[in-house]
Amino acid sequence: MLLPGTLHRGGGCGHMVSERLLIKGGRVVNDDQSLYADVYIEDGLIKQVGENLVVPGGVKVIEANGRMVIPGGIDVNTCFMKPYLGTQPVDDFLQGTKAALAGGTTMIIDHVTPQPGDSLLEAFEHWQEAADKKACCDYSLHVDIPQWNETVKDELELLVQEKGVNSFQVYMAYKDLYQMSDSLLYEALSFLKQLGAVVLVHAENGDLIAQEQRKILGMGITGPEGHPLSRPEELEAEAVFRAITLGNRVNCPVYITKVMSKSAADTITQARRKGSVVFGEPITASLATDGSHYWSKNWAKAAAYVTSPPLSPDPTTPDHLHTLLACGDLQVVGSAHCAYKNGFCLGQVTSTNAAKIFNLYPRKGRIAVGSDADIVIWDPDSSKTITAKLQQSASEYNIFEGLECRGGPVLVLSQGRVVYEEGKLQAQQGTGRFIPCKPFPDYAYQRIKFRNQVKVKQGVTRGMYDGPVYDVIPTPKYITPAPSAKTSPTSHQPPPIRNLHQSNFSLSGAQIDDNVPRRSGHRIVAPPGGRSNITSLG
Amino acid sequence: MSERGRERCSQEDDCTSLLSRLGSDSPRPRMKYGGMFCSVEGAFENKTLNFESFSPQTSACQSPHTAGPVRPGSAQLNSGDRLIIKGGKIVNDDQSFYADIYVEDGSIKQIGENLIVPSGVRTVDAYGQLVIPGGVDANTNLLAPQKGLNPADDFYQGTRAALCGGTTTIMDHVLVEPGTSLLSVFDQWRETAEQRACCDFSLHLDITRWHEGLYEELETLVKDKGVNSFLFFMAYKDKYQSSDSQLYEAFGVLRDLGAIAQVHAENGDIIDEEQKKLLSLGITGPEGHVLSHPEEVETEAVYRAITIAKQANCPLYVTKVMSKSAADTIAKSRKKGMVVYGEPITASLATDGSKYWSKDWATAAAFVMSPPLNPDPSTPQYLTSLLACGDLQVTSSAHASFSTAQKAIGKDDFTLIPEGTNGIEERMSVVWDRAVSTGKMDENEFVAVTSTNAAKLFNIYPRKGRIAVGSDADIVVWNPKETRTVSAKTHNLTVEVNILEGLEFRGVASVVISGGRVVLEDRKLNMSEGSGRFVPRKAFPDAVYKRIRARSKMAEARGVPRGNYDGPVHDVISMTKSVPPTPTSRGPPCPKTQTGPRNLHQSGFTLAGAQIDDHIPRRSAQRIVAPPGGRSNITSLS
Repeated sequence: MLLPGTLHRGGGCGHMVSERLLIKGGRVVNDDQSLYADVYIEDGLIKQVGENLVVPGGVKVIEANGRMVIPGGIDVNTCFMKPYLGTQPVDDFLQGTKAALAGGTTMIIDHVTPQPGDSLLEAFEHWQEAADKKACCDYSLHVDIPQWNETVKDELELLVQEKGVNSFQVYMAYKDLYQMSDSLLYEALSFLKQLGAVVLVHAENGDLIAQEQRKILGMGITGPEGHPLSRPEELEAEAVFRAITLGNRVNCPVYITKVMSKSAADTITQARRKGSVVFGEPITASLATDGSHYWSKNWAKAAAYVTSPPLSPDPTTPDHLHTLLACGDLQVVGSAHCAYKNGFCLGQVTSTNAAKIFNLYPRKGRIAVGSDADIVIWDPDSSKTITAKLQQSASEYNIFEGLECRGGPVLVLSQGRVVYEEGKLQAQQGTGRFIPCKPFPDYAYQRIKFRNQVKVKQGVTRGMYDGPVYDVIPTPKYITPAPSAKTSPTSHQPPPIRNLHQSNFSLSGAQIDDNVPRRSGHRIVAPPGGRSNITSLG
Repeated sequence: MSERGRERCSQEDDCTSLLSRLGSDSPRPRMKYGGMFCSVEGAFENKTLNFESFSPQTSACQSPHTAGPVRPGSAQLNSGDRLIIKGGKIVNDDQSFYADIYVEDGSIKQIGENLIVPSGVRTVDAYGQLVIPGGVDANTNLLAPQKGLNPADDFYQGTRAALCGGTTTIMDHVLVEPGTSLLSVFDQWRETAEQRACCDFSLHLDITRWHEGLYEELETLVKDKGVNSFLFFMAYKDKYQSSDSQLYEAFGVLRDLGAIAQVHAENGDIIDEEQKKLLSLGITGPEGHVLSHPEEVETEAVYRAITIAKQANCPLYVTKVMSKSAADTIAKSRKKGMVVYGEPITASLATDGSKYWSKDWATAAAFVMSPPLNPDPSTPQYLTSLLACGDLQVTSSAHASFSTAQKAIGKDDFTLIPEGTNGIEERMSVVWDRAVSTGKMDENEFVAVTSTNAAKLFNIYPRKGRIAVGSDADIVVWNPKETRTVSAKTHNLTVEVNILEGLEFRGVASVVISGGRVVLEDRKLNMSEGSGRFVPRKAFPDAVYKRIRARSKMAEARGVPRGNYDGPVHDVISMTKSVPPTPTSRGPPCPKTQTGPRNLHQSGFTLAGAQIDDHIPRRSAQRIVAPPGGRSNITSLS
């Protein structure tokens, strides 16, 4: 089963920085199958997978002792540099990726969050620079679109085609700041679809949130409990529903970030059953805990849970989301690691689907010959209790405080190097590489392509309509409330017998509705049946 | 009911004859408990048989009965007929029973067997037929102009057609163009309708541009003018469309006033984009209309409207439910307990949208309405089933008719075609044929969805929507056996195309009584222009607001009293780039949680004491007549 050639090809460069490693006796778990096999790693790549491998002498051997050997996790939703209300998150790339590695995540996709008016390109480069210096694991970047306008389009095209970004986030919340109207979303989705990008949607109804916030602040509720009160579950489900509708109309894949509530998850489930191309991402916080702590008496603790959409106060939510995740209705796990919470032991589901959606597969997300050597040895039986002190993250408060979770990484390999072993982190700052993502991921776009071909709309070929056409009387509006002008509205009623001479009217000159943008009549393409002989109708 | 039965009841033992008949006849009186609306308190007291009216003076009862079914047609009284409707089976939404009805001065005076009535009353023969409350059509557009065109059928032709079909009350939509005064438009509308309408009418107001300044006018309309329902558009971008924020604000105001929010539910943003796309593809015919208004766009807006209404705790009425998925959305949210009502219309119950692809432009254009008829041919059956099981509640016509010549202004651009279909005349027959004849619904539910539910929702019950002593004499004698074929040649409208052309419907109104006058008999119309009265509607309808009121008490959010947070507070660095031009109006989207020491006194809030509407004087001048079933229990939310 092995080609000797693969062995020798890498053999020449034994003095390379990255180690040669052999993981022995583990159970290799991919998304499609698991098998007992050894894994040989060289130059940061997986060179061989199989039993009784022929390897050069002097390689470091890691005994897996029958534990699971899984592809390193991919965390698709982190915000290590997102400024929020002017504050920088406490975790930057260094701390954040360290924490990620300790949890078995070997790749992150961070959100580039330019402010409205900023250049997307500049923000992207700023982010990339910072990440190159600090990140300890491989990373890729999403770019958030804070505003939609014509200049953004050129930058997006550049980002997709030259910079290796294939996912962009749009906002349905944060009214007057990032929020886009449905019209803009429709335009943005149409454009991004042509580029072959994946559209991430922050789905919450921003209009209603703004109203609720005003109401709740007006009632004197200023504590963190106001956060979930102003963002009830329905607003999330509603926006998810709307985003899916938009995606269907445009025929564009939609990726819902941060699925926090049952009803939002159910909405996604139902849409997938009807055939929509939509992906849902619950985050670790929503999988592990619920929102009851918003009512904690400890302000700092309650504030630690503030995330948008908020954690659902319904304590059965985590179980429900887990079930949907297990049965495939939700696809990806992100951590949404902002300043306010910590990623922790990420499950196995974290890797492959994300890699597929963002077109990183099979380089990431799989243990196979030729893939990157991002590997985690996972001990399903170990258990640990999470506290802020043990975590590799700089926040004082960990929302998973005191939570005992079973299963944890024993050893983490990133790019073929051991970065975490038995509780000790050996990550090096700045070793993370930027992984470009190509557009048109098959996983999302194959169906879209076929549907595009099927969904071509066609008009009906008809003969010309040559019957009478009504005169538009341009003054039937009730503009004057003065009693003198109070004519009966029926006076505009047409005379029962129509005077045919009146039909040759012209609408040239200024009309009362010139300012109404609806006068699209002049742009009409000639109907298939030929041009009509009446040309003066608006 | 047989001749022998009638002879027996003319003898002395009225009570026994009545009771004996109760068991022997096949269609028994039946009672329904806990239907889709729980019964209004006290509703049964004067609707069940009025035993006192015939037990003591039984000897005097021969005189009307000896007259028999012979009609003293020449002896008609001029001021509001005195009528006796004999021998029919009275069908209300809760029960059916055999009884005669005596009508005087435009209202129902007696119900029962062997009534004692003055001599010379006109007798309407209802043997073998059903006697049902006149239909209430909750959605018509008989005056609302579109694209500068007035509808082809105005209040006169429209109400005439309504009466022919068995509808005796319509609720018309007053379209208020942006920037005009609600009150003045309302007054104009009412005046026009009073001059032209042949049947009673009530008015909804369509608000096309919401702003805070409308509050005063809304209050006047609700408290003094008898309007308790307002429609908002989620479609018609840049023209009538309201944003989510506006809807939320408006719904909050309506809830406080005790009114019902109605929505035209379609996502106008998406429609606008789709229209542009289709026109650029060269699709200009009426099929472009249905392509640009896909089902999902309707469903999405329904979902959003329900979400907003739930947040505002305001009752919601979705007009024109045209698709399966929109109906499902309403049904599902009702199961979750939302106060939401759905209204399928004549067209969506009777036909589908396949005709949009008709080769004949005029036929295709006649079907143009928003939301459009669904191309899925199973939609009518599906909607009928939901109507029968109570998931949808009210049928209306959404009648807005435009002649072919009027529709033709959009012959080169489907977006310019005036929207609207007919259906005011066929509504009751459609429901009977599609739901009752097929066995999906019984006769009582038929009355509920065509008349009673609308009357309850909009608070004109039991004046309308019920056959009871004291109710208005809007009565239809319904012949379930007769069939009639719809055709533009025979209908009572002015439009040239009837969208139900050629369809045959069982169930026909054989006699229609409106306001105590016989307006249709032997297929002859006898109605006078301007005889319709305006029916004012009070705020806080019981059927709707009982639940809302209870919930507004429950839903008070409470803060958490905490100790002061005395830890370090991160400095908020001012963002130079993203500062909006008017920072006051554009507050940060999230409440600033890190606001330093908290004042405990701020959290211990109370809702007692002064209320937001304290400054509003409670108006004494309520011109609304107390309904016969007694006064409404709820007068305000607080």
